Amino acid sequence: MTRDEVILAIKDIIETIAPDEELDSLNQDERLRDQIELDSMDFLDIVMELRKRYGVQVPEEDYKELASLASCADYLGPKLESIELKVGV
Amino acid sequence: MSGLAAGIRLAQYDKRVLILERHYLWGGLNSFYKRRGRIFDVGLHALTNYAPKGRRGVPLTKLLRQLRIRHSDLQLGEQRYSEISFPSERLRFSNEFELFQSEIERAFPTELDGFLRLTQAISDYDSFTPPDPDLLARKVLAEYIGEPLLIEMLMLPMCYYGSAIPGDIAWYQFAILFKSFYDEGFARPEGGIRPLLNLLVKRYKELGGELRMKSGVANILRTGSADFESAIGVRLDNGEELFANQILSSAGYGPTMAMCGGAYADSVQDSDRGQLSFNETVIVTNKTPAEFGGHGAAITFFNDSDVFDYRAPAPGALGIDVRSGVICSPNNYDAKVPLAEGWMRFTALANAEYWEALAAGDRDKYESTKHGASEAFLDSAARFAPDPRPFEIDRDAFTPHTIRRFSGHPRGAVYGAPKKRLDGTTDLAGLFLMGTDQGLLGVVGAMLSGISIANRHSLQPTA
Repeated sequence: MTRDEVILAIKDIIETIAPDEELDSLNQDERLRDQIELDSMDFLDIVMELRKRYGVQVPEEDYKELASLASCADYLGPKLESIELKVGV
Repeated sequence: MSGLAAGIRLAQYDKRVLILERHYLWGGLNSFYKRRGRIFDVGLHALTNYAPKGRRGVPLTKLLRQLRIRHSDLQLGEQRYSEISFPSERLRFSNEFELFQSEIERAFPTELDGFLRLTQAISDYDSFTPPDPDLLARKVLAEYIGEPLLIEMLMLPMCYYGSAIPGDIAWYQFAILFKSFYDEGFARPEGGIRPLLNLLVKRYKELGGELRMKSGVANILRTGSADFESAIGVRLDNGEELFANQILSSAGYGPTMAMCGGAYADSVQDSDRGQLSFNETVIVTNKTPAEFGGHGAAITFFNDSDVFDYRAPAPGALGIDVRSGVICSPNNYDAKVPLAEGWMRFTALANAEYWEALAAGDRDKYESTKHGASEAFLDSAARFAPDPRPFEIDRDAFTPHTIRRFSGHPRGAVYGAPKKRLDGTTDLAGLFLMGTDQGLLGVVGAMLSGISIANRHSLQPTA
């Protein structure tokens, strides 16, 4: 996955867990929490979807790396490098 | 409902899940039944915690997110208004907080300041810090409100919609309910509880969850030594044994411990059993309550004196308390397709032992006493809402005996045990409680209970 695809993958997961949120206007550098409503239950879902779809494990101490789309890409980029993007699953 | 919600969460993350239901219908305390071609709802008067699509930080939004259900799938119709009606005063409220505030200001002008401070305290109340279950609402209310009548009027709806404690309600539950009523609001899923239950069942099955009806659990199987025991499975009423890594029970604390047997069953105290149950009479009419009586309230909470007495009535000639109650008019919620017939539901506090004893005896006597109790309660309620009986085309009524038979809750205690198990744990590893005895209230609360127990004990990465 390229960096853009990682961001697409995260957005697709957020769209799955938060179908009523508007995601087109998300700013990459701003904290996701400040732009759409995501609480700790939702971050647990993002982590579980990453595991389910891509087999990526995110340990609890790294949850903070998922704060913004840009930080997600920084953190997950190396882990997802050789994995294909799956959207709409 | 807590079980279905937990099942959806678990199946969503590829756990193998089996839901066992003793009856041929699902839903537990929020269910429905068919009589003479009509569908009667049980439980649901109002879906509290109503919030419009996308409202942040509220239970309904969290619930939809967790179950991946769209707001529009619930087809919620908002209430027009509801009311708290006492002989000397009536307070209306709607899904706009301003109406309730202006009603308080009109009726109790000197209490407005205290009421707003109370509202602020409740809004600051952090639902994530472990609450103090022994702190009761009347004590806290007295710090904000001086007028005894206003305290009674604020207590009445909260007790009826969630208290397992005679005469009072735990402060944290009052705070949660207060928000769910006045800051959020009331709505009704179009078509009642059935479409909502069907939506949950469909979602659960699509995710691969298995649901077995008419499969009651007789025993919870355990293993280990006396100082560390685990629940490892269940034995069904038909003798079949099933084994699992975890068991989540929505049967209530007492019944769940009874299923574990031995010292667990013996440890259940009388104080672990709820006391409060209800009779309900449903009247179907050939005109709507608005047509025959100009009645616009979705819910009317009434009390016929200035003091509200919330407890199981003494086993008198009626087995119910006619002095206070709740009247629900499903017609008075917005709906895309308005209900063709008029519906009114009348809920009264009832004495469970009295109705159980009657039900164990002569069937005709039970039925005639039930009819007599309905008539007495309708007479009483007619002082606060139009009497539907001249327009009646159908009627049904149920008692604490009926509730106990279908929900398994001892004494038909709708709000379960007075003592709640907020973290859902039990003395057995692998066995967790959800639903009414875990402390969350209402349809939304029941589902959130199942979700939070599944998240916390089954889905956290450490689990």
